[in-house]
Amino acid sequence: MTRFILKRLAMLPLVLAGVTMLLFGLFQTLSPEMRASLYIKDPRQLAALESVISSYGLRDPFHKQYVRWLGRVARGDLGYSETAKMPVTQAVRAFFPATVELSVLSFVPIMLLGIWLGTLSAVHKDRFIDQLSRFISITGYSLPSFALGLTLLMVFYGMFQLFPPGRISLSSDLVVNGGGFASYTGLILLDSLLNGEPRVFVDALAHLVLPAATLTYVTMALLVRVTRSSMLEELGKDYVRTARAKGLPESAVVNGHARRNAWIPVITIASILFVQLLGGVLITETVFAYPGIGRWVAQAALQLDVPAVMGVALLTSTLFVLGNLAADILYSVVDPRIRYR
Amino acid sequence: MSAFLADAWMALRRKPLSLAGLGLLSFFALVAASAPVLAPPPPQARDAYLIPQDGYSPDPLRPSARHWFGTTEQQYDLYYGIVWGSRTAFDIGVKVVFVSLAVGVLVGGLAGFYGGWVDELLMRLTDVVMALPSIILAVVIVTVRGPGLENVVLALAAVSWPSYARLVRGDVLTVKEREFVLAARALGAGDMRILFGHVIPNSIYPVLVVASLNTGAVVLSAAALSFLGLGAPVGYADWGQLISMSRNWILGASGSPLAYWHTVVIPGTAIFLFVLGWNLLGDAFRDILDPRQK
Repeated sequence: MTRFILKRLAMLPLVLAGVTMLLFGLFQTLSPEMRASLYIKDPRQLAALESVISSYGLRDPFHKQYVRWLGRVARGDLGYSETAKMPVTQAVRAFFPATVELSVLSFVPIMLLGIWLGTLSAVHKDRFIDQLSRFISITGYSLPSFALGLTLLMVFYGMFQLFPPGRISLSSDLVVNGGGFASYTGLILLDSLLNGEPRVFVDALAHLVLPAATLTYVTMALLVRVTRSSMLEELGKDYVRTARAKGLPESAVVNGHARRNAWIPVITIASILFVQLLGGVLITETVFAYPGIGRWVAQAALQLDVPAVMGVALLTSTLFVLGNLAADILYSVVDPRIRYR
Repeated sequence: MSAFLADAWMALRRKPLSLAGLGLLSFFALVAASAPVLAPPPPQARDAYLIPQDGYSPDPLRPSARHWFGTTEQQYDLYYGIVWGSRTAFDIGVKVVFVSLAVGVLVGGLAGFYGGWVDELLMRLTDVVMALPSIILAVVIVTVRGPGLENVVLALAAVSWPSYARLVRGDVLTVKEREFVLAARALGAGDMRILFGHVIPNSIYPVLVVASLNTGAVVLSAAALSFLGLGAPVGYADWGQLISMSRNWILGASGSPLAYWHTVVIPGTAIFLFVLGWNLLGDAFRDILDPRQK
């Protein structure tokens, strides 16, 4: 077990080196002049473009620039984001908690609902509930999340003034930024409780309902499908027949026997879901004017704010690589056969 | 091949929903093919994909006899945009699938055929590309190369080839051990002739199907990039771009909160039905390709 984990951990720097090289390489395709313009704040400096290029070494060979850049990243210097009007590391700290809140509030219902619906439709194969869950999942992965999000906003916010866009209302903002409100985690849901401000909590929650519902609906589909097919496979196996033959109640057969083994593909999918969620966050945050890293990077991409896009790409790909690693390890805990391959 | 087609037809017949998917796609193909008849471009138009504007008033207009689907802000005709947008959707889908397939088959084919360090190098490259969340990588590529549909196509192709490469490599590994490959080698055929003339043609069908059924997902991602403003320019017949124009109007007018529903719902429905068509069709094929369900 330890050896397996150590082997996987040893791969980590290699993958990260590849990822950073690819990202850096993509930005190197911009001309030195364009990259130099990132350091220029005043049009009058344009005359000195050549000196900027040479002082930052923008015409140096790839490996030199890459190592220099990697050194800066290691020191936590990711440059300045014009879109956020602050350094990238500071902007990540400002926007990331909002994204974490939204992702967690979507990931939990995705997992619960997805596994529940998938199991239900496998157990009642070809019955009404199965057809319904297939309908839900196929419409889920065919719906454009932005059109769904905008329609939900139109109905719930436009018609009924429920669930507004943004992260918190003005009244809560006055409480949060008015002094006396300690920011322990940056997560408003948590901070509001720690500060004893239940009204802020309810307000923040109301802002999260629609984006989380949108993300859940469009992301859940894959999990429903995978859970269904792996449950069907397990339910057809001999040990399930044995369990039934010795008189176990159906719920024990389904929950205690079949579902345990059906977990394995579900874990693999969870890491894919995580990526889909990251992509979904980009669009959902933009639709709901929710101030997280997704909306920030979407704006930055439009303004050639290279440091911001690069910073977010680095952050999300690192998270993704770590998520995959976690899935691999979890995988080998659930299914010991994998370790011996 | 013929056995595969027979399987496909059987699967389709057993699944009425998949036939419905085929129906939806045929409908969109028909609309796309007859776009110049359904929505003739104005005579002085320099590009038929630019949606004609009826005046420049900022407020969208509801559907009427003059504008069947209503107009967006700045008076772009939605009906025209939807009809010509179906061409854009097929165009993007076909291009992305073609480019990513070509790259995936080449990389996977070479890796599987030669093995050794070629395999190691190419597959590690594939791993690295797959280690990036695809929408983020697409955004990075579009940021570097600038917004526009060609760059969206390029970005989506760049994120979709790795999974095809893996699939092809796996099939090539088994096909290259078959007798006819040995026979071809005995007859004196060179590596390239064997790879492209014998091995790849015999291992390409699964990936061909998987890739073409991905068209729905590709069009959905392209629409999302256009929605973010990274794809088609304003006024271009592209469904995602049409929806992005509705963003300022979701609150409706005073006293009539759903006044501008059509600006979201109509292009949204077009994207939904198009992608649904591919996904319903894909459902039937997934069962054929999944050996566990046989």
